[in-house]
Amino acid sequence: MLPILQIGPLALRTGDLLLLVGIFLGLNLAERRARNWGVKADHLYNLTFLAMIAGILGARLSFAIQNFSLFRESPLNLFSFDAKLLDPFSGIAFASIAMLVYGQRKKLAFWPTLDAFVPALAVLAVFVGLSHLASGKAFGAPTALSWGIDLWGAARHPSQVYETIAALAILAFLWRYFSRQAASGRTFLLFIVMSAGARLLLETWRGDSLLTFGGLRLAQVIAWVVMAIGIFLLERQGLAGKPVESIEHG
Amino acid sequence: MQLIPRRILLVGVLLLGLTWTWFSRLGTAETTAGRVPAPQTGFLAPDFTLETLEGQTVTLSSLRGQPVIINFWASWCPPCRAEMPAFQAVYEEYQGRISLLSVNTAYQDNLSDALALLAEKGATFPILLDTDGAVSRLYAIISLPTTFFIGADGVIAEVVVGGPMTEAGLRARIESLLEARP
Repeated sequence: MLPILQIGPLALRTGDLLLLVGIFLGLNLAERRARNWGVKADHLYNLTFLAMIAGILGARLSFAIQNFSLFRESPLNLFSFDAKLLDPFSGIAFASIAMLVYGQRKKLAFWPTLDAFVPALAVLAVFVGLSHLASGKAFGAPTALSWGIDLWGAARHPSQVYETIAALAILAFLWRYFSRQAASGRTFLLFIVMSAGARLLLETWRGDSLLTFGGLRLAQVIAWVVMAIGIFLLERQGLAGKPVESIEHG
Repeated sequence: MQLIPRRILLVGVLLLGLTWTWFSRLGTAETTAGRVPAPQTGFLAPDFTLETLEGQTVTLSSLRGQPVIINFWASWCPPCRAEMPAFQAVYEEYQGRISLLSVNTAYQDNLSDALALLAEKGATFPILLDTDGAVSRLYAIISLPTTFFIGADGVIAEVVVGGPMTEAGLRARIESLLEARP
C-alpha cells in the first residue's frame, strides 16, 4: 500500500494518480483502435472531454442548488476541487446528455461508438484495481489463507489484487476484438457482461460490502442485473454466439 | 451441433449468479470490520488520550454520542494554515453539536510557531498536542493536513488527506454526520 507519493514538498495521492494514468493510457489505446469500429479518434476525445466538463459542472451546479445554504457564507467555495461538493447522479445525467447531444450532432453510430470506448474502459479497470491497492480502499474480508495481506489491523483477502487480475484477464480476452472486426455492439456488451460477472464473483471476498435486504451484497445484486441485461441484449442482437471475423487492420 | 443449447447455458449462468449472490450474503454485523479499530473509513476510530494546550486531557471515546472531527496539522504546513479559518467558522457554528479536535503534530512542530499561528488565525477550538507522535502513528498520518470525520457511533465516515478544506466542504460533511446520527 502506498497511499501518498511524496515528491519533495509535493504529496500526491497515488490512487488518484494511477487513475489519471489509466485514463491516459486507455484513451491512447482507444484512439489507435477506434477505426476498427469506423469511429474517428477525435470524436472519442471530444466525447470524453465533453462528458468530463458537463459531468463536473452539472454535478457541482446540482449540489449547489440542493445545498444552497452551504455556500451562502462562502460563495467562492463553488469553485473548490472538493469532490464531496458534487452530486454524482446529476453529474452522470449531465455527462450522458452532453454525449448524446454531441453524438446526434455528429451523427455517431450508437453501438460502434460504445465499442470504440471499450479499450479505454478495459485499461482503466486495471488501473482502478491498482489504485485500490495503492490506497487500501475496496479492502478484503479477513482470512486465514496464506496469501492474505496485512491491512487495517487484520490479514485480509487481497481483494484489490483479485480485482486487478480479473480486469487484466478481461482486457486480454477482449484484445483480439480491438484489432479485428466484430459485430456492432458486441465488444461493449461482452465487456459489460464480463465485468459484471467478475464483480459478482469477487464481491464475495470484499470486507466493505454495502448490504441490502436479507444481507445480500448490493454490488452483487446490481452486477447480476447488469449481467442479465447485457446477456439479453447480446441474445436479442444475435451476437452471443457470433464468431469474430478475421479481418486484420494492421 | 451445440452440446448444450446456448440459451440454456446463458440462463444457467444467470441462475448460478443468483445462487452465488444468495450464498454470499452476510449478517449486518459481519460487514466491513465492524468494531475493529483502524484509521480507515468504515472502521472504529482508534481511541487515544491527549493533553490540550491548557493541560487538560481529552479521550476520544468519551466523546461518543456526537460526531467528531479530528484534524492533524502543523504550523509549517501551508494548507493547514489556509484551512484554519474554515475550521474556526464551523467550530463557532456547530459548537455543542459536534466535537472538533485539532491535533497539532507537536513532535515535528515548534510550539511557539504553532501558538503564533493560532493567535494570527484567531483559533479558539481545542488544540491537542501529539508530542511523541504516537497518535499520528496510530492514525497512519503520512501527509498533512489529514482530517477524520467520525460519526456519533465512533465509526470513521470519511478520511480527507490533503487540503485546504473549504467551509462548504466542512459544512457538507458535518451535516451528513448530523443527519446520520441515531
